[in-house]
Amino acid sequence: MAAVRVEAVLAAAEEQEAEKRRSITVEKELELEYDLGNLLAVDRNPPPAAALRGAGPRREALLQALARDNTQLLVSRLWELPAERAGGAGGPLVAQLPEPTFRLPREKPPPKPRPPTRWEQFARLKGIRRKKKTSLVWDEQAKEWRRRWGYRRAGGDPSRAWLAEVPAGADPEEDQFARLRREKRERVARNELNRLRNLARAHRAGSAVPAAPLHPTGHQDRDELRRVARVARVSTASLGRFQPRLPKESAEPPSRNSGKKRRFEPLLGNLAAERSRQLELLRDMGSKKPVLDITRAVNKQLRQEEAEAAAANKGKKQSKRGKRGRRQQRPGRSGKKSGARRQPQQKKAAGGGTGAGRRKKA
Amino acid sequence: MDALDRVVKPKTKRAKRFLEKREPKLNENTKNAMLIKGGNANLTVTEVLKDIYAVKKPFAVLYKRKNITRPFEDQTTLEFFSKKSDCSLFLFGSHNKKRPNNLIIGRMFDYHVLDMIELGVEKFVSLKDIKNSKCPEGTKPMLIFAGDVFDVNEEYRRLKSLLIDFFRGPTVPSIRLAGLEYVLHFTAVDGKIYMRSYKVLLKKSGCKIPRIELEEMGPSLDLVMRRTHLASDDLYKLSLKQPKGLKPKKKKNISHDVLGTTYGRIHMQKQDLSKLQTRKMKGLKKRPAEKSAEDGVATPKKSKSAR
Repeated sequence: MAAVRVEAVLAAAEEQEAEKRRSITVEKELELEYDLGNLLAVDRNPPPAAALRGAGPRREALLQALARDNTQLLVSRLWELPAERAGGAGGPLVAQLPEPTFRLPREKPPPKPRPPTRWEQFARLKGIRRKKKTSLVWDEQAKEWRRRWGYRRAGGDPSRAWLAEVPAGADPEEDQFARLRREKRERVARNELNRLRNLARAHRAGSAVPAAPLHPTGHQDRDELRRVARVARVSTASLGRFQPRLPKESAEPPSRNSGKKRRFEPLLGNLAAERSRQLELLRDMGSKKPVLDITRAVNKQLRQEEAEAAAANKGKKQSKRGKRGRRQQRPGRSGKKSGARRQPQQKKAAGGGTGAGRRKKA
Repeated sequence: MDALDRVVKPKTKRAKRFLEKREPKLNENTKNAMLIKGGNANLTVTEVLKDIYAVKKPFAVLYKRKNITRPFEDQTTLEFFSKKSDCSLFLFGSHNKKRPNNLIIGRMFDYHVLDMIELGVEKFVSLKDIKNSKCPEGTKPMLIFAGDVFDVNEEYRRLKSLLIDFFRGPTVPSIRLAGLEYVLHFTAVDGKIYMRSYKVLLKKSGCKIPRIELEEMGPSLDLVMRRTHLASDDLYKLSLKQPKGLKPKKKKNISHDVLGTTYGRIHMQKQDLSKLQTRKMKGLKKRPAEKSAEDGVATPKKSKSAR
């Protein structure tokens, strides 16, 4: 009997719950798809087309009923999200929205990282890092903290500097103030030029514009102009053979493969040159002194190793010690002797090989 | 290219901020919409543009003057406006005998037209005509799309994406539940699209979740789709591409079970098991005699062999 009463009580409680929830339940054939991050709901059920084709007010009422059902479902989902009271106990109830899932196209393409400038490449190679500078500097004269550059800087106003020393080796008649002003102008111009060059390099690297436009732009440097002049000379019907040379151009005829292919000298060309070459080779092989400049060889090797190490540590933190530290760190490889020992072996082997080859040919 | 990488560097902080707002970023700004009148816009179309402007404030710009262009033939004017005002959505209204009450809704990618869809307005009820209380400006609307044709038909799918993009508003991490006041409901039936806007009234129900009652507010439009100019598939895919920085970072050494258990992995160094601290059981404690005996065990063996 007690069990029956308990069951009755439970059933009554359930009915009450259902009664309460009836006001907010909505019956749908297909479930809606929700994207709560965008407050979006998509209803895939086909709407009652026949009913909606009818006259005005009935259609409006139907549309409103449909909207009410869909909105009820969406709001129920939104109220089920984890919510908290913002701003203390009396504040409004705020729900945490998830990330939007519906994929929408972007406004602009994602940003591309720009290629490093010449200085940045060098700094990465050498392991130089940026020193953090304090924003204020103590000015001894004004006895207060001033900013490093700009309005009221620490070193005093440069335009009101009343003394300019004549440096040791300079002309005593020269106007030092004018010289300082001129040098500053030159520095600013050089900085601007380098910045624009870095920009042009970055732009060119990004867009793969052909390296030399063949019409004069006024901003080309020496190598580009030389290349362009060569292309222009060769673009005649006889491939530049009867083209007069420009006043300061070198007088040699253009080699046939000025490209990347290997060039070999003709077999029976210059007998005197061949004789002198062979005698020189024999002399170098026979002499006791090494042909090689050891310091240069070692520096070259070290620089190559640093470049490799820098390339390997590109993403990782760069070593604090820098070049000197890295040299000390590796005992076996970095000594002058070991560096020098490797180079002459290679060179001698190369010299011997080609020498033998040449002798065979002759 | 950020503000400092331009050929002409900005000379003031304000100019620099202006340029930084417009450059491409990882997390983009909310899209702005520009509402343009064509050369022969009539009263209906002008009212539509004004109402949509009211809905989309402050992320919209309404141009007062008429602009004599034809978006479907020549897109350069639109692209110019988009670059000047930094708007990537547009709504162009015009009217002529062949296409009465015409609205062209579209979006841009990198200041070039991505998608454009021409819609005809068959019936329009403005905000002013419905004498009800309105919800505050700038409310983020709830968007509901009804009708299976929005998923089946490719053009309707793009239209749905366009409408979401247009009316979405800013992306927010959290929302005040009592402030869900505005809902835009789009129904696609019989080749027509009914757009209705309602104000949401939250009524008490027996339980925590309120009961919804709707009140017609706002602009209501009956639209019919006319021409379309959709982006090619690869351009659309390119525009959808998100940069890698936006992906959420995975936490390593944490895995989840099917049943919902979270497993973690801890990497330890090698332990010396002889020095491990176990439970102290007094009976097993080594007595001093035993300890010396253990040390002596090693040596007696040696001495034995020596004998």
